[in-house]
Amino acid sequence: MPTVQELQNIATQVRKDIVRMVHAVQSGHPGGSLGCADYLTALYFQIMNHNPQNFTQEAKNEDVFILSNGHISPVLYSVLARSGYFPVAELATFRKLNSRLQGHPTTHEGLPGIRIATGSLGQGLSVASGMALAKKSNNDSSIIYVNMGDGELQEGQNWEAIMYAGHYPLDNIIATIDYNKQQIDGNIIDIMSFTELRSKFEAFNWQVLEMNGNQMQDILDTNAKAKAFLGKGKPIVILMHTEMGAGVDFMMGSHEWHGIPPNDAQLENALNQLPSTLQDF
Amino acid sequence: MQSIEILGNNDTRSGFGAGLLEAGKQNSDIVALCADLTGSLKMDAFKKEFPTRFYQMGIAEANMMGVAAGLATSGKIPFTGTFANFSTGRVYDQIRQSIAYSGKNVKICASHAGVTLGEDGATHQILEDLGLMKMLPGMVVINPCDYNQTKAATIAIANYEGPCYLRFGRPKVPIFTATDQVFEIGKAVTIYEGTDVSIFCTGHLVWKSIQAAQSLAEKGISAEVINIHTIKPLDDTVVLNSVCKTKCVVTAEEHMMNGGLGDSICQLLARNLPTPVEMVGVNDTFGESGTPDQLMAKYGLDVIDVMNAVERVLARK
Repeated sequence: MPTVQELQNIATQVRKDIVRMVHAVQSGHPGGSLGCADYLTALYFQIMNHNPQNFTQEAKNEDVFILSNGHISPVLYSVLARSGYFPVAELATFRKLNSRLQGHPTTHEGLPGIRIATGSLGQGLSVASGMALAKKSNNDSSIIYVNMGDGELQEGQNWEAIMYAGHYPLDNIIATIDYNKQQIDGNIIDIMSFTELRSKFEAFNWQVLEMNGNQMQDILDTNAKAKAFLGKGKPIVILMHTEMGAGVDFMMGSHEWHGIPPNDAQLENALNQLPSTLQDF
Repeated sequence: MQSIEILGNNDTRSGFGAGLLEAGKQNSDIVALCADLTGSLKMDAFKKEFPTRFYQMGIAEANMMGVAAGLATSGKIPFTGTFANFSTGRVYDQIRQSIAYSGKNVKICASHAGVTLGEDGATHQILEDLGLMKMLPGMVVINPCDYNQTKAATIAIANYEGPCYLRFGRPKVPIFTATDQVFEIGKAVTIYEGTDVSIFCTGHLVWKSIQAAQSLAEKGISAEVINIHTIKPLDDTVVLNSVCKTKCVVTAEEHMMNGGLGDSICQLLARNLPTPVEMVGVNDTFGESGTPDQLMAKYGLDVIDVMNAVERVLARK
C-alpha cells in the first residue's frame, strides 16, 4: 500500500504527463485533468480493487471506474498507463491518428481500462447504474465509481439517473462531482447555477459527503467513510472540491485552461513546477 | 397464384412479448427494461415469470439506454422497451455513444412505430426511426411483418451478439408466416416469385404487398414479393438477383421515403444495377390522429398504393 507521500509523487508525475500530452498535440483539456489528478491517482493506486494485468469488460469481482466527463481523458490515460493497463509510451499517441487514446475515452479502439465511451456529457451515471444493477444481480459486492463534472450536471440525463439510483437504491455506487465551479464559458454561478448540490442529492435519497479533492489525506479518509456507507440503502456521492488546473500555478483558478493547450514557454513553466517522480513517457 | 393462409390476427408487439418470454427462458442473462409502458409493450409475461430480471425504469428513456449499456458491459443481455419514438429520436445520442459506438449488446425494442399507432397523432408516430438507426455503424435494424415473425425475430436477436433495433407495431394484423419459422437476420424471404416487377416490402406493408400482388396477378402482372425484414444488413444478393430478372422495383414501408428501406434499395441499385424504382412510403410529412386504416389510406400506404406504384414503374421499364 503506497504512502500518502508516494501517492502525491505519482500524482505529480500524472500532472506532468497531462501537460506534456496536451502540449504535444496542441489539443485537449488540461484544467479539469489537473484538478482530478489527485483523486484518480488515489483511486487507481490505492482505493480500487482492480486488475490492470488482466483487463475484462465484465469486471467480475473488480471495482469499476467510469469517467463521465470524458474530456478529462488525459488524467485517465495517465493513471491507466501508470497503473499497468497499457504501456506508458503509448501516452505519446494521445489524440493522434490511429491511436487507441482518442480525444475522449472509447471502447472502440480496444484500449484496456475503458468500458464505455464518454464525452457527450451526462451519460456516465446511467451506465454506472447499469453496472451497479448487474453487480447486485450477480451477488458481486464490488464498487462502481463514477466521476462527473459539476458543469455536466446541467445535462438532464444526470437527474434521471440520480432519481433512478436513489429510488432503487443502488447503494454500491460511489459517485464524485468534480466541484471546481467552472465550465467552458466561465463560472457556473454565472452561466446556469444549481445554487448548491447537497440538498439536491439528499432529496433523491443519496448519502452526501464532501472532500478536498486536491488533498491526498482527505481523499483517503473520505473514501474510507464512503465505503462505510455501502449497502446502507443510499447511493453515495462525494462533492469533491477541486481547483481547475491544480498544480500548475498559472492554470489555476480560471476556466481559461478548460480546453486549451500550453505553448512551448508555458510548458516549460509548468514542468518547472512538476518534478519527475517516475520516468517520463 | 397460390393463396396464403391467414393463421390468425394479432399485433406484432404481442409477438415481441411472447418472444421475450421464450428467449428469457432459454437464457438467464436476458434482462428487460421498460420505461413505464409494460402493458403496451406486452412485457407483462416476462415481468411475471422473471421479476428479478425485469427493471422498471420510469419515464426516463435516456437513463434507460445508459443503464442498458451498463448491464450489457457486465454480461447481461438487456432488452429495452418503449414506443419507437422514445426508443430512437428521444435518445439518439445515448444510443450513439453509450451503445453503438461502445459496441454494447443491447436490444432496443420499439413498439407503436409508424402511423398505425393511430389516434395519439404525430407526436408519437415516428416515421424516421429506421433511418436514424440504420445510420449508426454496427446497428442491426429489423422490422418484422406479423406476430409469428416478430416472435421469431425477438428470439433471434437474443442469440446475436451486438446492438439491434427491433421495430414493431400496435394494431392487430393478419398472421401469415409460419409458427415454427427460424428467423435469419439479414436473410430476405421471398413470398411470391414473379417476373414483371420486384416488390421489396417490410413490416405492415408486407401483407399489403401480398394483397397487391394477388390483385395484379388477376390483371396478368407477375409480381415478385420479397419480405425484407432486416433493413440492415440488407440482403444484397436476393435483391440484385430479383432485379436482374424483373428489371423494375417497388419498395413499400410504413416509414419516410427518406432513410427507410426504399432508400437502402435505391443506394444498392444505383451502385450496382441502375433500375427504375417507385417508392411507397411517407413523403416528407408528419402523420395525424385517426384510425390505423384511415391513416394508411390517407398517407398512401395501402394495397392500392402498391398497385399504383407497380403500374407506374412498369411504364418506366
